[in-house]
Amino acid sequence: MGALGFILNAEEGERSWRLAEYVKRGGYSALKKIIDENIPPENIVAELKKSSLRGRGGAGFPTGLKWSFMPRQFPGAKYVVCNSDEGEPGTFKDRDILRWNPHMVIEGMIIAGYAMGCARGYNYIHGEIWEIYKRFEEALEEARAAKLLGPNILGSDFSFELQAHHGYGAYICGEETALLESIEGKKGQPRFKPPFPASFGLYGKPTTINNTETFASIPYIIREGGQKFLELGRPNNGGTKLFSVSGHVNNPGNFEVPLGTPFKKLLEMAGGVRNGHKLKAVIPGGSSMPVLPGEIMMETDMDYDSIQKAGSYLGSGAVIVMDETTCMVRALERLSYFYFEESCGQCTPCREGTGWLYRVVHRIEKGEGRQEDLDLLLSVCENIAGRTICALGDAAAWPVQGMLKHYRSEFEYHIEHKRCLV
Amino acid sequence: MAKIEIDGKQVEIENGRTVIEAAHLAGIYIPHFCYHKKLSIAANCRMCLVQVEKAPKPLPACATPVTDGMKVFTASEQAVKAQKGVMEFLLINHPLDCPVCDKGGECELQDLAVGYGSSASRYQEEKRMVVPKEVGPLISTKEMSRCINCTRCVRFGQEIGGIMELGQAFRGEHAEIMSFVSNSVDSELSGNMIDLCPVGALTSKPFRFTARAWELSHRRSVSPHDSLGSNLTVQVKNNRVMRVLPAENEEINECWLSDKDRFSYEGLNSGERLTKPMIKQNGAWQEVEWQAALEYAAKGLRQIADGAGAEHIGALATPHSTLEELYLLQKLVRSVGSDNVDFRLRQSDFSADGKQAGAPWLGMPIAEINTRDRILLVGSFLRKDHPLLAHRARDAVKKGAQASIVHSADDDLLMNVANKAIVAPDAMANVLAQILKALAAEKQAVVEASVQSAEVGSAAAAIAKSLASGERVAVLLGNFAQQHPQAAQLQVLGQQIAALCGGKFGFLGEAANSVGGHLAKALPRANGMNAAAMLAAPRKAYILLNVEAELDTHNPQQALVAMKAADLVVALSAYKHQATDYADVLLPIAPFSETSGTFVNTEGRVQSFKGAIKPLGEARPGWKVLRVLGNLLNETGFEYDTSEAVRDEALSGVDVAAQLNNAVQGVALETAGAGSGSLQRVSDVPIYSADAIVRRAASLQNTRDAEAPCALMHGAELSRLGVHAGEQVKVSQGEGSAILVAAADDRLPQGVVRVAAGHAATAGLGAMFGAVTVEPITGGRA
Ligand SMILES: Cc1cc2nc3c(=O)[nH]c(=O)nc-3n(C[C@H](O)[C@H](O)[C@H](O)COP(=O)(O)O)c2cc1C
Ligand code: SF4
Ligand code: FES
Repeated sequence: MGALGFILNAEEGERSWRLAEYVKRGGYSALKKIIDENIPPENIVAELKKSSLRGRGGAGFPTGLKWSFMPRQFPGAKYVVCNSDEGEPGTFKDRDILRWNPHMVIEGMIIAGYAMGCARGYNYIHGEIWEIYKRFEEALEEARAAKLLGPNILGSDFSFELQAHHGYGAYICGEETALLESIEGKKGQPRFKPPFPASFGLYGKPTTINNTETFASIPYIIREGGQKFLELGRPNNGGTKLFSVSGHVNNPGNFEVPLGTPFKKLLEMAGGVRNGHKLKAVIPGGSSMPVLPGEIMMETDMDYDSIQKAGSYLGSGAVIVMDETTCMVRALERLSYFYFEESCGQCTPCREGTGWLYRVVHRIEKGEGRQEDLDLLLSVCENIAGRTICALGDAAAWPVQGMLKHYRSEFEYHIEHKRCLV
Repeated sequence: MAKIEIDGKQVEIENGRTVIEAAHLAGIYIPHFCYHKKLSIAANCRMCLVQVEKAPKPLPACATPVTDGMKVFTASEQAVKAQKGVMEFLLINHPLDCPVCDKGGECELQDLAVGYGSSASRYQEEKRMVVPKEVGPLISTKEMSRCINCTRCVRFGQEIGGIMELGQAFRGEHAEIMSFVSNSVDSELSGNMIDLCPVGALTSKPFRFTARAWELSHRRSVSPHDSLGSNLTVQVKNNRVMRVLPAENEEINECWLSDKDRFSYEGLNSGERLTKPMIKQNGAWQEVEWQAALEYAAKGLRQIADGAGAEHIGALATPHSTLEELYLLQKLVRSVGSDNVDFRLRQSDFSADGKQAGAPWLGMPIAEINTRDRILLVGSFLRKDHPLLAHRARDAVKKGAQASIVHSADDDLLMNVANKAIVAPDAMANVLAQILKALAAEKQAVVEASVQSAEVGSAAAAIAKSLASGERVAVLLGNFAQQHPQAAQLQVLGQQIAALCGGKFGFLGEAANSVGGHLAKALPRANGMNAAAMLAAPRKAYILLNVEAELDTHNPQQALVAMKAADLVVALSAYKHQATDYADVLLPIAPFSETSGTFVNTEGRVQSFKGAIKPLGEARPGWKVLRVLGNLLNETGFEYDTSEAVRDEALSGVDVAAQLNNAVQGVALETAGAGSGSLQRVSDVPIYSADAIVRRAASLQNTRDAEAPCALMHGAELSRLGVHAGEQVKVSQGEGSAILVAAADDRLPQGVVRVAAGHAATAGLGAMFGAVTVEPITGGRA
């Protein structure tokens, strides 16, 4: 199995997701190795730390470090949870991982259970991808039948149960603590942290939550070693990453490339900007991340640190490409509408602020804006960001701040002329 | 302990506590809405954001645990900017029309907006509107657009009320507090949500728009209803009680009130209030002057005492009367030579009289209920009879206590009940004997032969097992057990069970002054008759203190016969009621709000209060009326100037703590099992039927708890009778009957029919317990 395309296996085909095919590609050999060699859990965590794997769900938090927070000596239940809720606009990678390589996620989660001493795991799957949910259930059945999952895995004394759970399409349920509430059968609303899930998670027990792609990276790291994974990418940015490229490109889709790949190259892979248009702007990490002008992106590499240096975040790896025909006011209006609709309503700044942001942007778009509105928007953003229970507040503020940072004049034009610049 | 610094002040506080608690200790106020000391932390309003050294962002003080060496700034530039930002958000969708809001003047949002809001709004967009929903007769959600989504009401239901009747539906700006699929809010603690609402979104239906907060004067008082003695703030305008709110007392009601305590004040302003003395002459009622009425009453009593003899005079009082009233009543009848006085009107078994070591009481401070790890409830409609004790029991269970019940009904207590023995009333003593026997086996103790002969069933064994493993056990007898025809048996058995566990034994006192009545000696002491005896063998004269004979007694049929047969009935009452049928003199006395007085609650706490307003019309405080009656009867010792003087005399030489004693000696156990074979009556006194005031509280009478009584039976019992739920049946007992709607309740044991007492619809029936017959009424579908 090649380094590139190890997550989205290259030979996509109807049967390729099956257990037998996965095993042919070297699947479950990492788990076998752990069981056969009786590898101590600490060594797995150490390997992860070496790999520089960073969480693929959005925050880019080092996975090895996260796993080391789980209280090793804790008696009683502990949980591993996979976040396949994938609701961030622009992101469509996790569903493809589950469609083409569900066993890789399952293997990753079993290894996580082994490393952190958890006997049970859940995969929370986005509510609007039903056929993928069903496929995952089938994959689980295959794994159970092959004694890769369940009691006494591969004849060892390690047991691990894994269940799929599907959401109902609320974006907020991708936030890890809202997701836990949702699994518990409650309304999906984020919890205040601390306590963090590692000490008070699912049903109040220590829990580790990772993104689908994060789990999918684990088997490779165990099989090939953390160092090799790290070398796929760049220091502090180990491995390959899936980018969901969408918007004004000729060939939108998921692309798995090493972290550190120049954006220019990624854009080429996606067939370049559509209709020979000029690149205007890119949202490099999912709709909540600040937009960056095309010129900056063309000079930037696709890894966590480079994008941050450029003024945005890699986020979930959803790359939204906008060409010169894009009206930034209209684009922001749509983004703001999303966060307004999806705010859980629990905490004041987000519940009240997201509606305010949307209404003002909407008014500007309708040609009823006032020049003072732009400072007002920034001030409202300041009052939301960093003041909320979860990061949805920031997610609503950043696009506004990003747009006004780079395209303020376009907004001013819109207010003055009551129509788009483009 | 953590040492932290807040605004330069040093505070020391246990680890695990939060910054807002530490600030409170230091006397520093941090603005907040969602935080409430009795509720879980939600951290959703964000009003309490403060600056914490080394934290990059402001942190919510209500949810941030203290750490040693922490430095907090509650009024720094960063903190105030965050707080003002939140205030602005809270106000953008909040109607800014305080002058027309019911909460105006006592609104937490309004108060804080003065300090943290700005004078003009930067929000120019349209405001959110919430369509109000109907949730019942007590709470209005008409102004739901004012809601700031702090979820205090929701958390109250989940955590204190024990039932989540309000929730937050929808998300984002559409989030809305509402009941589940248009249900009404029926909790007996629902009014607390109105207090908790920091804005005017939940308002009191009976009170709203009847007064402004600043027009009301506040008077401390004590609830006259259940035996908790909740502390009240009675709010008054133009000599009228406009509203009742809790007065915080951590040891009794905390900061809560039951709906009964809160909304019963409507009964004080009822049109049925008796405001003039009246006498019946030649069959017609006439309003007369006080002097004439009192002289009439005194003369009549004197004639009977001198003629037939003083033992032909009986005095009955409700346990909702004040200590002073009860004391003077017994002093009055004793001074004319009768020992017939009692306040235990719903009790039927008096076999422990004279064998009781003291006044029956809770057996522990109220607040200790929360700390019990095993609770055995015997014969209690706990939620409805003692709503706030039910909350304390729930709290204990939430903290890990195991609750067990022995009862003839199985109403939802809104908590986990570990074990239950639900049996017909005549089997209850036997179940307790079974528990005692099983417990004795566990503890290797010896029990008497009558107990030894009980056959231990599985429910009793499970209860015994649970109790045996407890460290802090409480065995509590509820109203039903106290009204039970074998109350003394239940008491002895309950006590022995508690003793074997090294636990506490107590009575959940029936009413506000159930303990006070004992201290006031308002019960027969020598050869006098108890309440039941006085009615079973009719007297020639009765003095009734706050009593409605057909509603407040164990056997209304018998009570009415006795009243009608008497030559003279002197009724001291705040209301013009059925007594017009049988009384000869009606003396208008003041309810608790219009007189000073004292209640002694179930934990033995003596609580005196002053009148909140002047008596209505010509009504007079009961103690004054009894004093003058004493004078007119030419008795000495009735020269009191104040109710305090009465109280002091009543309690002089009384060591209250020493008087509280549940021990009983010399009651022989007869624990044979059930056996009557006929259908037995089980009766509760519905929460809003228990006393004269609450029976006239209009809004409470519109709640689901006040719905007309049914004849409740197990489904199998209904089939045996050939009756379907919803059909009318004739329930007969003794001479009387009642036509009621039959309803199924499969949680009831078979062989019983549950028919409420204390209600006009069932006042034609006899005793609260005993044999009844139920017959279908052909074609009687209601
Ligand atoms: C509003 C919101 C939505 C989120 N949605 C997702 C999501 O759909 N999928 C996901 O993996 N992480 C999502 N996250 C991030 C998770 O909270 C969490 O950080 C992540 O699952 C951790 O996994 P990782 O460490 O492997 O990245 C979201 C966070 C927020 C604040
Ligand atoms: S930031 Fe928004 S989504 Fe997150 S808890 Fe607050 S209201 Fe809910
Ligand atoms: S009081 Fe702290 S967030 Fe509401």
